[in-house]
Amino acid sequence: MRSSTGTGTVPRERGRVTGGVGDSARRPDGAPKVDGSFAFSSDLWADDMLWGRTLRSPHPSARIRSVDVERARRIDGVVAVVTADDVPGSPCFGLEHRDQPVFAHDVVRFHGEPVAAVAAVHPEIAARACEAIEVDYAELDPLLDPEAAIDADPIHPDGNVVRHLRIRHGDVDAGGDVTVEGTYELGMQDQAFMGPESGLAIPDDAGGVDLYISTQWLHVDRDQVAACLGLPTEQVRLTLSGVGGAFGAREDVSLQVHVCLLALRTGRPVKMLYSREESFLGHVHRHPGRLWYRHHATADGDLVKVEARIVLDGGAYASSSSAVIANASCFAAGPYRMPNATVDGYVVRTNNPPCGAMRGFGAVQACFGYEAQMDKLAAALGVDPVELRLRNALAPGDSLITGQVIRGTAPVREVIEAARAHPLPPDPDGRPEVLLPGGTGLTASRGDVRRGVGFAVGFKNVAYSEGFDDYATASVRLEEGVDGEPVATVHSAAAEVGQGLVTLAQQVVRTELGVERVILRPADTSIGSAGSSSASRQAWMTGGAVQAACNAVKETLLRRVAGAHGVDVEGARRQLLVVRDGWVTHVEGDLRLSLVEALDGRPVEQVSVYRHAPTTPLDPDGQGDAHVAFVFAAHRAVVDVDQELGLIRVLQVATGQDVGRALNPVQVTGQIEGGIAQGVGLAVMEEVVMDDGRVRNASFVDYLIPTALDMPEVAATLVEQPEPGAPFGAKGVGEPPTISSTAAVVAAVRDATGLELRRVPIRPEHIALAAGSGADGT
Amino acid sequence: MSDVDGPADPPSGPADALGALGGESESYTLTVNGRSASVPAGWLGESLLWVLRERLGLPGSKNACEEGECGSCSVFLDGLLVCACCVLAADAVDAGIVTVEGLAGEDELSDVQHSFVDSGAVQCGFCTPGLVIAVHDLLDRNPDPTELEVREAISGNLCRCTGYGRILEAVRVVRRERAGA
Ligand code: FES
Ligand code: FES
Repeated sequence: MRSSTGTGTVPRERGRVTGGVGDSARRPDGAPKVDGSFAFSSDLWADDMLWGRTLRSPHPSARIRSVDVERARRIDGVVAVVTADDVPGSPCFGLEHRDQPVFAHDVVRFHGEPVAAVAAVHPEIAARACEAIEVDYAELDPLLDPEAAIDADPIHPDGNVVRHLRIRHGDVDAGGDVTVEGTYELGMQDQAFMGPESGLAIPDDAGGVDLYISTQWLHVDRDQVAACLGLPTEQVRLTLSGVGGAFGAREDVSLQVHVCLLALRTGRPVKMLYSREESFLGHVHRHPGRLWYRHHATADGDLVKVEARIVLDGGAYASSSSAVIANASCFAAGPYRMPNATVDGYVVRTNNPPCGAMRGFGAVQACFGYEAQMDKLAAALGVDPVELRLRNALAPGDSLITGQVIRGTAPVREVIEAARAHPLPPDPDGRPEVLLPGGTGLTASRGDVRRGVGFAVGFKNVAYSEGFDDYATASVRLEEGVDGEPVATVHSAAAEVGQGLVTLAQQVVRTELGVERVILRPADTSIGSAGSSSASRQAWMTGGAVQAACNAVKETLLRRVAGAHGVDVEGARRQLLVVRDGWVTHVEGDLRLSLVEALDGRPVEQVSVYRHAPTTPLDPDGQGDAHVAFVFAAHRAVVDVDQELGLIRVLQVATGQDVGRALNPVQVTGQIEGGIAQGVGLAVMEEVVMDDGRVRNASFVDYLIPTALDMPEVAATLVEQPEPGAPFGAKGVGEPPTISSTAAVVAAVRDATGLELRRVPIRPEHIALAAGSGADGT
Repeated sequence: MSDVDGPADPPSGPADALGALGGESESYTLTVNGRSASVPAGWLGESLLWVLRERLGLPGSKNACEEGECGSCSVFLDGLLVCACCVLAADAVDAGIVTVEGLAGEDELSDVQHSFVDSGAVQCGFCTPGLVIAVHDLLDRNPDPTELEVREAISGNLCRCTGYGRILEAVRVVRRERAGA
């Protein structure tokens, strides 16, 4: 990060304690993570533990004639083999719809669908036992084209169209002086977190189970596991174990039911740990999409209308597809004033792998389409693309194509200006050859390299939408520590997945209570839900819950002090007694107590539930106040391209990001840099390659993610305009870096090559084969 | 963050059933972080990574791919940086092995480890042990690397969370500190 400037003045609350809100406090789990002692879910171990393993379908679509597990069962060291017949409760699970079988029963609907699971004394024995299970498949023709799926025979009892979202806004017959049209496509991206799926299930004596698991949302996992096991939720207890990244892929159940079932079956602890290949097959991906757009504008460059048809491939099961298509459709016009809109968003079932949540969640797909259109429109109008964006930029008080008026902050102009203000990288001339496109292969020659600059702006919602009852629970306990100093303990079920929520929770408590020592209890289901670590929502939601619990603790403490010291706190006089910087003081008198004195030997503990302002469902025209707040970011990418070889090097991504308020600037910077890496990856390298319904590149050998050599310089400006109604004014920062960085990189490659480049990831042949052939790239 | 932890004592291999796998090894001894560690009889096909993690109670080295692509399992083998997932454990009997757990004294952090924490180079932390080892390797060989040399040196270590920005910053800090010391 080059600079961090604020456009709003935000007072940093500083008291006696350091490491409060606004400081770049260090992560509490930093030391154990650097010395190897931090326990990830894959590191767990229990006495007498077995290893679980899943057998998966090699076919994208087939009828199962029979499953014979006898040979597997007889292998020495195999303790249990389970199939669909052994699932005692609901045969299906699912995030929004329970439509996905725990094990395929009569049919398999995607390559990699679980068919059976094994527990054995050694993982290699478990693997061999899986090979010994005989499944007789009758292969069927897979349904693979999402457009065809809309009208095709259903591949699932619930039908193929998971959701069609229709938006009609303003005058649907409106037209402009200039129209531009285009069709855009995105391949399937994988979250590719580093820590593979893993969990340890330990049966209890009463028919229940404890599951130690890396996940994004403990409570929805618990509810699905309990339903499938046929157990009351109290008998299924989940504890978060170290999570090696998530990015959306851990929002759905993967091995949770399987490993618990095996543990209950065998009466022994069972651990499951996916290999990288299985991880690619075993979790949801980012929806591939096909987007048709037509934009209308006046000759002066004012946007008049957008028409869009968005088709996302949800794969075999629903996962969070309904919410993903809602985002893609609601944000289909981009962060621009658009008085009229006709949008049809479809998400459908096919026999491709299930798709669900990934960072940016529907907004990424739409942004790739509308930002390509904005550049086309600028070219048609003969104006600068950035000026066109500034001219149409949303501002507070404007309404979206869903009719929702933006009541909070919307610094769209500011993020654009901030991204544009960063200095461009120097010319390519003096660069070492390894920094040319192609890198250490030294394949590009200097003379063929052309530079391009591209710009893109994106936005999305924070937290859950469409009337969902979105809440987070947290408890805070304040007591005297053994050293005589006050200590606070926070408990919540919120999942730390790497984003740094644990740091923020401590920062909030330090700021609110003035206590230096803040202990975090492990996240588990013994407290109420905190919702998912997704939708950029935990800083706001769990931040809000921890803040509310701190306030409740203060209130209890002050009542106690008032009683003990005869202070009148009735009515408005309550304001006179305050907790500040670790002291309880009476504004009018000379009462001044340390927190420990105020506690008087008795801890105070309070649980709070925080909800954001309610949202409403969308009406049949896709209109409604469906979202609570919006985050914006702009990206400017600079690339060098060897057009002859089709090689791209991304040199720099400059960004301005609307953060509301930076609660921890170093962590925010880390989110921005990491999010941009994933956006760059989608632009130029990352795709789960499908071949007739089969995943062809389920490994890090074949699915490439950016390395330190691929990663461009990132120049970031944090635009701080505190969001009204958000705890501390902070908006959540995880997703915006990923939304428009992809579109910006592609715009830069278009600028360098003159090709239309309608698909990501861009492959070398899209450039090399198009050059000189008169084609426009794909 | 969980109270379930790795094995405190070396667990014995489930020797009885391993006959099914073929290729059973005798018990053997590895030298890890300066100490001798006895590996009970097991399957000969076990990688060094597996044995460190599952038999010797040293799960610090990570297992993001187990095919030599991600660097999360990096350890030193006689001072040489290797991917522990690509080394057969039984092949490492005569070598000195150093893992992330052995980079600094008990309850201490090395300068690289400190710098990772202070610079914000750690998010989920799954790549971190491997990167810490790789950075030690680089700075011990080349105390004054250019930015490009740093990027090359860590390009075998995948990180999905950070985009490498704060990791590069952590390396810069150590380089400066060591130059000033
Ligand atoms: S686990 Fe060894 S290189 Fe990935
Ligand atoms: S910090 Fe998560 S993979 Fe690097």
